[in-house]
Amino acid sequence: MPTARTFAVLCGILLSLASPRPNRAAETVTIKGSDTLVILNQRWAERYMATHGIAIVQVTGGGSGTGIASLLAGSTDICASSRPMKEKERVALKAKTGRDPVEIAVAKDGIAVYLNSANPLSALTTEQVALVYRGKITNWKDLGGPDQKIILYSRENNSGTYEFFKEHVLKKKDFTPFAQCLPGTASVANAVARDKRGIGFGGAAYAKGIKFAALQADPARPAILPDEKHILDGTYPVSRDLYYYLRGDPAGPIKDFIDFALSPEGQAIVAKVGFYPIAGKKK
Amino acid sequence: MIQKKLSERIIEGLIHASAAIAIVGLVLIFVFIGKEAVPLFTSPEARAEAGLSKLFLAQVPEPGEPAGHMWQPVSEIPKYSFWPLIIGTLKVTFVALAFAFPLALGAAVFTSEFAPPWLKEIVKPVIELLAGIPSVVLGFFALLVMATAVQDLFGLDYRLNTINAGIALGLAVIPIVFTVAEDALTAVPQSYRQGSVALGATPWQTARRVVFPAAFPGIFAAGILGFGRAIGETMIVLMASGNQAIPSWHLGYGFRSLSATIASELGEVVSGSPHYHVLFFIGVLLFVFTFLINLAGQMWVGRFRKKLTGEQ
Repeated sequence: MPTARTFAVLCGILLSLASPRPNRAAETVTIKGSDTLVILNQRWAERYMATHGIAIVQVTGGGSGTGIASLLAGSTDICASSRPMKEKERVALKAKTGRDPVEIAVAKDGIAVYLNSANPLSALTTEQVALVYRGKITNWKDLGGPDQKIILYSRENNSGTYEFFKEHVLKKKDFTPFAQCLPGTASVANAVARDKRGIGFGGAAYAKGIKFAALQADPARPAILPDEKHILDGTYPVSRDLYYYLRGDPAGPIKDFIDFALSPEGQAIVAKVGFYPIAGKKK
Repeated sequence: MIQKKLSERIIEGLIHASAAIAIVGLVLIFVFIGKEAVPLFTSPEARAEAGLSKLFLAQVPEPGEPAGHMWQPVSEIPKYSFWPLIIGTLKVTFVALAFAFPLALGAAVFTSEFAPPWLKEIVKPVIELLAGIPSVVLGFFALLVMATAVQDLFGLDYRLNTINAGIALGLAVIPIVFTVAEDALTAVPQSYRQGSVALGATPWQTARRVVFPAAFPGIFAAGILGFGRAIGETMIVLMASGNQAIPSWHLGYGFRSLSATIASELGEVVSGSPHYHVLFFIGVLLFVFTFLINLAGQMWVGRFRKKLTGEQ
């Protein structure tokens, strides 16, 4: 939720203001970028400072693009990004630093498509989901379901989930204005649970009264459910890696913090925040 | 004597100062909101993306599709049509007033003219208590409880629709309209009623033909205040409206209001971007809307009062 994210950013700022400043500036690690990652970054920072504590970690959001711009300008140590860096950005950064940026995947994220549990359909292709959300398919009949209007639930346009869905499922096309925008994944899940004709999307967290649609990347491929196994091995079509970008190889407190984030303890926090651990193996 | 004058002067000065502070505050708010909206007209970048023609004329979403009015600020080609938002705001305001005004007015006439004193002592505070319910609670109630009932009752496609949000908004408007209208009715001199009854009119005829016209300016003001409250209310519509930016007057669909758009988008918008300036421009629009309506209401009430009292 945007408010929660803003709150997390504020807390980060307050915490960093309240903490006693170290003598050497090198002991502050700044992370800037993706709003999707802000809460996870914040949880990591809190835990890290409480248990390891050789550096102060400052977290700010602003979006992946903002974070990459800051990395380019040298005003942040770590850039958090919910998308891979674009070629143009890589070239610009290489021109500045003389080397390729270091990319570290820190967590995985999957977006599930919600259906009411009374809905007879259980699998859709991503193409069908895109046509539904673009307003080109408006009746369940056209998807092999009953002759009923499809009621669409979406997120507000400031949500990272909204942008991710728009980019990966709708291929950057616009949502139909008839999709109702609700303030949070829980609201969307709740709305679909109350509406037999409803469809929604959000994190793959369980909610009563809804089920997850199994998705096919194309009709020839098998339909895949968004569970931990399939999100981690990458066969579920709507999943992404979340990244940290650095100007060079991590060293000192930056390396210490990233090692913590990738450690079993750090990856346990990933699961708590609602993403998936990156290692893919048993911790 | 002199001392008294001095203290009186100080008090007078303080009163003047507090009035001036209120006015200055209002002007400053308007200036600062306006300042953030100005780049929409001056900056070439903002004008290219969200000039006035883009805000009010139909746009083609992508080649080959019909032109329309769309609010899609996060898009490859951002689209900022105001019409879906303006239509949405007006349609829910009308539903809210259509629901709230008759109820509030009926309750006001009943409590001031017909209710025995003991009943009036109960009804008046209870209705005014409605004003104390935080709007987020009303919104939550409309979102979770009322929506399903309204959908079933009217057989609508959408759970979150204009009627649902309008009724919830009406609940917030009722206490305002009731309080002001009731005060206006009570303020009508008792001699009017006594004269009417002495001439043989029934209590109902007295209320309808004598008290009601005499209190009309106040009742009209109650309506204006209710309208102002409804058009600016944010939390209820944000939660209960479904936030669909569609340029349709259909009451079975949801809508996206001006105020809810500011509330949900300003928190995450890139400061200084065209989208940011557009949101402030919406703020200016809302401000001007309510200002003009209040002004028109005041002028009309003033004229009516003169006519009623026979002043020139």
